[in-house]
Amino acid sequence: MTTAAAPHAAPHAGHAPMGFWRKYIFSTDHKIIGIQFLFVSLFFLLVGGFLAMQIRWQLGFPGRPMPGGGILPETMAPGGVILPEYYIQLVTMHGTFMVFFAIMPLLVGVFANFLIPLKLGAHDMAFPRINMWSFWTAFLAGMIMLAGFFVPDGAARAGWTSYAPLSARPDLSGASYGQMLWCISLVCLGLSSILGSLNYITTVINNRAPGMTWFRMPLSVWALFITAILGLLALPVLSGAAIMLLFDQTIGTHFFDPAAGGQALLWQHLFWFFGHPEVYILILPAMGMVSDIIANGSRKPIFGYHSMVFAIVGIAFLGWMVWGHHMFVSGMNPTLGSTFMVSTLIIAVPSAIKVFNWMGTMWRGNLHFHVPMLNAVGFVAMFVIGGLSGIYMAATPLDMFIHDTYFIVAHIHYVLFGGSLFALFGAITYWYPKMFGRVMSERWGKIHFWLTLLFYNCTFFPMHIYGMGGAMRRIYDPTQYDFLRPYQPLNQFITISAFLLFATQLIFFVNFWWSLFKGKKAEQNPWHDNGLEWTLPSPAPHGNWERVPTVYRGPYEFSSPEVAEDYLPQTRKLPTDREPVLAPVAGA
Amino acid sequence: MHWWLPLKASTFAGPIDGLFIAILIITGIAFVVVEAGLIWFIVRYRRRPGRKAFYTHGNARAEVIWTAIPAVTMVALGVISNHYWVQIKGRNSIPPNAYPIAIHAKQFEWQITYPGPDGRLGTADDFTVRNQLHVPVGQPVVVHLSSEDVIHSFYVPQLRVRQDVVPGMDIKAWFQATVPGDYELACSQLCGMGHYKMRARVTVHTQADFDAWMKQAAQAGTGGTGS
Repeated sequence: MTTAAAPHAAPHAGHAPMGFWRKYIFSTDHKIIGIQFLFVSLFFLLVGGFLAMQIRWQLGFPGRPMPGGGILPETMAPGGVILPEYYIQLVTMHGTFMVFFAIMPLLVGVFANFLIPLKLGAHDMAFPRINMWSFWTAFLAGMIMLAGFFVPDGAARAGWTSYAPLSARPDLSGASYGQMLWCISLVCLGLSSILGSLNYITTVINNRAPGMTWFRMPLSVWALFITAILGLLALPVLSGAAIMLLFDQTIGTHFFDPAAGGQALLWQHLFWFFGHPEVYILILPAMGMVSDIIANGSRKPIFGYHSMVFAIVGIAFLGWMVWGHHMFVSGMNPTLGSTFMVSTLIIAVPSAIKVFNWMGTMWRGNLHFHVPMLNAVGFVAMFVIGGLSGIYMAATPLDMFIHDTYFIVAHIHYVLFGGSLFALFGAITYWYPKMFGRVMSERWGKIHFWLTLLFYNCTFFPMHIYGMGGAMRRIYDPTQYDFLRPYQPLNQFITISAFLLFATQLIFFVNFWWSLFKGKKAEQNPWHDNGLEWTLPSPAPHGNWERVPTVYRGPYEFSSPEVAEDYLPQTRKLPTDREPVLAPVAGA
Repeated sequence: MHWWLPLKASTFAGPIDGLFIAILIITGIAFVVVEAGLIWFIVRYRRRPGRKAFYTHGNARAEVIWTAIPAVTMVALGVISNHYWVQIKGRNSIPPNAYPIAIHAKQFEWQITYPGPDGRLGTADDFTVRNQLHVPVGQPVVVHLSSEDVIHSFYVPQLRVRQDVVPGMDIKAWFQATVPGDYELACSQLCGMGHYKMRARVTVHTQADFDAWMKQAAQAGTGGTGS
């Protein structure tokens, strides 16, 4: 292996032509693997959304037959009326699919794969075959999870958090095979993430082009790198916990079953010890890509680059010390509640730093509102709401009141939809030309953005009010409660907004597919960006570069006084630039 | 429907709602600053032909300011919150004169055991009622929570009290109701298929009413009617 800055000979140059299977299915090309992740996770995003629509129908119109619900089997929705046991499956699987099979692979599987080698000037990932296995293990995991709906008793029924002992005891949850498949699937997914993370970390450390020093890396790569470290350390905990849970279900180990000497809270500690870093896995890459897009759209260097890097590292570090804030009312020692409250409140600081630096980047810029920029600014505007609503839950006495209510449902959707998904819409549109050689429709992209922003807020903002009223999560029929019955008009408003929000997403999907075949042909550098990927043709060829590029500066030199244009690519050598000093080749 | 927090019916409602308002003000200011700033920048710095953006890589003083302000605010919020947290949930927070009631949760009902006329749990005059929680107003009540099967959660929104009920653990939670009336006890932790209907009626009596109810219910042996 060569050390960081040594130039590579082009090992992939002059590829022999490959058959369809090696080129598109069992590919080792990081870009194809990223695109495979993209198609599969967009499919799961649709599945998750479809489950959400059924949840919303039941909450808005409890007990009424769902339009089109007649095609569901008797065990789920006889006559189209959703059964309580099916409702819990919907809730469980919506969360599971969205977190593990839509948002996480969209951010990490797609963009860590696609961007890291392209943005660092590498020919491919450090371990291309491991990379291929990472995709296929994730695909297998998704299929196993989906299979839950087709086994006796249906899918898992213990919520996406799968709290034991409900999840550990089929006699108590009513789900047998579904609950086991949930565990097996997550063990597979954990393996996939570990393989992927190893690859991303190694590639970032070893395969940077000459001159690509740590502090010349784009923030997207920084975020994906730190995310990979989180994934490498967190996913084994989930896998281990899922295996213990599987043993509880199948061979009677009773790790989590107090009836036989186990500990119910052990599951929560393990799950959230994974789960809170996971929350940052779901937002850090979005923050990184948004940083790239905002600098580009503002035609201005990112404000406070070093603070942004330190904020990413700070969030990731603090992210390990806050898991207990999910457990303030769990029966955990209240003194621990105090410490976890303080660490949780402090994590607001690096998040605030990031928001202010994005604003600083836009300040006195020359803002181009292309579709990625609109979505990136939408991300900042919505992430702020999600971040601020987190403070309510962090304050332990207040959490006692709003814990497990719709307030937390609103919070997580402001972070994961308003945050991660807006960033993803932006990022997919932004790098689409480099993936497919075509540009997504600008007009439909803008329509999609504005309608999404509107219906998204109509869907999720009222949930704060519903939660303030004390409405519990995961309730099949809220009209059972006298104090919730007056909220039914609000619930119907949310439901109708959610339907419109879902319909709006079809615009994105149609735009995505239509542009694949009919979109405008993309130029090499359609956004006039500085990154290395834009020095390649669109789409980028297998092996990326014939000769590894040399990097002379950071990625955010927009509107530099040194050149007439308002951008200055990382690879462009100005007379004042010196060649990077190469690190010696190990073993040479 | 309410657009605000529910009726304040316990001594916890004061600090909790106060904290809610304090955080609403803090986050409200941050929200307005950020969103108004964004809108201002979007309008003010939108693209104009022939103009170049201001070339800067940042400002150390600005970074220090917007790091320090949130840090100080958050630490202060933590200190204030912790003051109330210790009063509400702290290990020694339960008043010694609190009236004891044992609540055993199981899929999908609340079995509520009252201490009977002697006011002490674990004696012969205890009696159990399904899904009916009766408490006196103005008197601290401590509930001894236990679970038969899975995790449930004891939640009465108007009393601003919530505590998970965990199998294998004996957890005590206390509250002091301030407004007589009828409320609902909800299970707020997914506990299985019937989770949505695991509810109980909560009646906060005046002390005289409570004594009368206690006398009548104790005589009935198993208490009033289950729901």
